[in-house]
Amino acid sequence: MSLKAFHVVFVVVATLLMTGFGVWSLRHATGDGAGTSYLVMGGLALVAAIALVVYGVWFLKKTKGVSYL
Amino acid sequence: MATPTVVPIDKIIPHTVKPREDTGLNNVKIGIWLFLASEVMLFGGLFASYILLRVGADRWPRGEEYLSIPWATANTLILIASSVTMVMAWASCIRKDFGKYRLYMGLTVLGGLGFMIIKYIEYTSKFHHGYFPSTNTFLAVYFTLTGLHALHVLSGMIVNLYFWGPGAKMWHTEHERFTNRVETAGLFWHFVDLVWIFLFPILYLL
Repeated sequence: MSLKAFHVVFVVVATLLMTGFGVWSLRHATGDGAGTSYLVMGGLALVAAIALVVYGVWFLKKTKGVSYL
Repeated sequence: MATPTVVPIDKIIPHTVKPREDTGLNNVKIGIWLFLASEVMLFGGLFASYILLRVGADRWPRGEEYLSIPWATANTLILIASSVTMVMAWASCIRKDFGKYRLYMGLTVLGGLGFMIIKYIEYTSKFHHGYFPSTNTFLAVYFTLTGLHALHVLSGMIVNLYFWGPGAKMWHTEHERFTNRVETAGLFWHFVDLVWIFLFPILYLL
């Protein structure tokens, strides 16, 4: 497996983490006594998740000629 | 006096640079994946221990009772960004753009440094509050897993720093071999980052 293939796997896993963490943080932010930090972290995580998806598509297009092996 | 002739490394040790025709892999890639398989077993054993300790405990604290989620979030974003810069460094090798390579590899090293600084802040904060590995099982697991992971980040930083600095001489003499080395360092760096992607939710969020 080349770095390209491992990077694609990493971006997918990181996107899932950021999405899950974003939802977790926003749900936490609406709970009793929760600070605004959860709101900020949730927002940041969801923005990061979207950015990762856009980046992942761009990366795949740019590295079409590079082997997955 | 006869001038010494430079023998290509593949003539001395076959498939050091060029991949084998049947497997499509060179020695370096086989080597790093065997190493990463052993690392999976190391961290896998520790993760399994964590699960067994947790399900066997009467009460297990939530991560946020002891740990700082904002700092950990910052560290997660830093490591994700450093994986991107690592791949960009490798891509710059393929495109033969030395300036970009130095820039992206330097940013990767700085990302690792940022991670270590935040980890230092986190650790010292715990110690000031009187939280040590001996305090309870949760903190013992936390310090063991994150400490081992931080050692891996440090190792990756040393390797990347070498390829950014003195090791970059090979760029001009054996470019393809150097590109393979950078790719191998990138595979290790991605593995270390992937371990953190799993550590972050299980220690801080669950």
